[in-house]
Amino acid sequence: MQPKMILALALCGIWVAGCATRPSDSEAERALAEMIKASFKTRGQATIDRLSQDDAQALCSKHAGELPKDVSDGIEKAQQATLRYPGSGKLMGDWRQGERIAQSGVGKQFTDDPTRPAGGSCYNCHQLSKNELSFGTIGPSLYQFGKLRGNGEAIQKYAYGKIYNAEAFAACSSMPRFGHNGVLTEEQITHLVALLLDPDSPVNK
Amino acid sequence: MRIDRVLAGVLAAMLPCFAQAQQDTQKEIERYRQLLQDGNPAELYEARGEELWKTPRGPKNTSLERCDLGLGPGVVKGAYVRLPRYFADTERVQDAESRLVTCMVALQGFTLEEAKRNPFSGTGVPMITTDPFSGVGQRSVMTDLVAWIASQSRGMTIAPSVSHPKERLAYQAGEKLFYYRAGPYDFGCVTCHGEEGKRIRLQNLPKMTNAKDAQRAFGTWPGYRVSEGELRSMQWRMWECFRQMRFPELEFASDASIALITYLAKKAEGGTFDAPAIKR
Repeated sequence: MQPKMILALALCGIWVAGCATRPSDSEAERALAEMIKASFKTRGQATIDRLSQDDAQALCSKHAGELPKDVSDGIEKAQQATLRYPGSGKLMGDWRQGERIAQSGVGKQFTDDPTRPAGGSCYNCHQLSKNELSFGTIGPSLYQFGKLRGNGEAIQKYAYGKIYNAEAFAACSSMPRFGHNGVLTEEQITHLVALLLDPDSPVNK
Repeated sequence: MRIDRVLAGVLAAMLPCFAQAQQDTQKEIERYRQLLQDGNPAELYEARGEELWKTPRGPKNTSLERCDLGLGPGVVKGAYVRLPRYFADTERVQDAESRLVTCMVALQGFTLEEAKRNPFSGTGVPMITTDPFSGVGQRSVMTDLVAWIASQSRGMTIAPSVSHPKERLAYQAGEKLFYYRAGPYDFGCVTCHGEEGKRIRLQNLPKMTNAKDAQRAFGTWPGYRVSEGELRSMQWRMWECFRQMRFPELEFASDASIALITYLAKKAEGGTFDAPAIKR
C-alpha cells in the first residue's frame, strides 16, 4: 500500500474512533444529574432541593446561548402570571431603607443568618446613586432612573414588577426573581422602588 | 492525485470532530492589582507544602514522595498543568486536590474522611465560626500541598487531558453544570461568567468561554487572596462560588467539582500557568 493511503486510512480510523467515544448529550445529562446528587449537600438554609429546577430555570439552562423566540415568549407569559402587587396599592416606600437594602449583599447563603432579612445585592450588578463608586456592570446603570422616567403609577408598577420577577419582562434574565423566589418582602421591594423613583433619592440627584 | 484529494477530504471532515468611565475605574483596579504583586505570602505555603510532601505521616508513616499526580510516582514538576485527567488506578478523572486525597489514603493510610478534613485554611469571615475546621489561624495540610504542587508548574503551558472517554464525559458534564440555573437567585456560573467585560462591584469577571479570560483566571489559582488573608485553591474557588450562588454546599473533591474544573481547564488550554498568584 502507498504510504499516503496508509495515512489516510489511519486518519479515518482515528476520526471514527474519536467521534464514536464522544459522550452523547443524554449521557452527559445523566452524568450531571448523578453528580449533582452525589456532590452537593444541605448546609444551613441551603437545602439540597434548591437544585431542583423550576420550569424557567430548566428551560434557560437548556437553551443557554440561544433562546428561541417561542420558548422566550412562553417563559415571559408564565412569569407574568406570578406577579403579585401589594394589596394596599402603595408601591413606593422609603428610599433611605431602599439604599440600605440595595447595599446589602446578604441573604440565602448557607453562611447567612436565616432570621436576618435578605438584601437586594443591587450594587453587585448595577450603578445606582452617583456617590457609590463600588458598583457592578452585569446589569445596566440605574442612575437617574426616576429622573428620566418620572414616578407615575405606570413606572412604579413596572419597577415593582421587574424587581418582583425580572423574567416576566426578559426571559432568562440574569437578575434574580427577588419577589417570586421569596428573597425580598413586599415592603422591601417598595423601598427599592422609592430608591429608583423618589425625586429625593440619591439615584435621581 | 486521487489520494491527495482523499487525504484533504478526510482532514476536512475530521475538523468538526476535533475542533475550542468606566476607563478610570478599570485603570484603578489594574493599578491596585499591580501594587499587590510585590511580595507574595504564597511562598510560605509552598515551603510548608514541600516539607509536607516529604514528611512521613499517617498510620503508615509514609511520605507522599511516591504519589502519582499523572506523570508517574513522585513526579511533581509539570504535573499540575496536565490536570485534570483520567487515572487508571482509581478509574476516575481527577484534579490535583482529589489526587492528593487518593495518595493520602493509599500511601499514608488516612481514612477518606481524614484526608478530606479541613481542606481550606481557616479564616474569620465569611466561614461559620462555629465550624470546628474553619477557625481563624487554622492551617490546612491540603492547601499547603496544593500550593507547592502548583508552584512546580509555574511558567508552563496549561494542558489538561480531554481525550479519554471519561475525560470527555467530565468535560461535557462540567459544561452543563456551568450553564445550570438553580436556587433562589436563579444563578448559574454563566450568570457572572458568561459575558465579556463585566464586573461584580469592583471585581472583574472573566468570561469563561473566552480563551484569554479563562487562561488568566485558571492560570492564577491557587492564589493568595489578600482580602481573605489566606491562600485559596481551585477547589476552594468552586466551593466559594456555589456558596455565593445560593446553592447547597459543594463537597470537597467531589465529581461535580472535578467535572467543572475539567471544563474550565480545557477552556484555559494553551495559557501560561502563573500560580500561586496574589489576588485582591
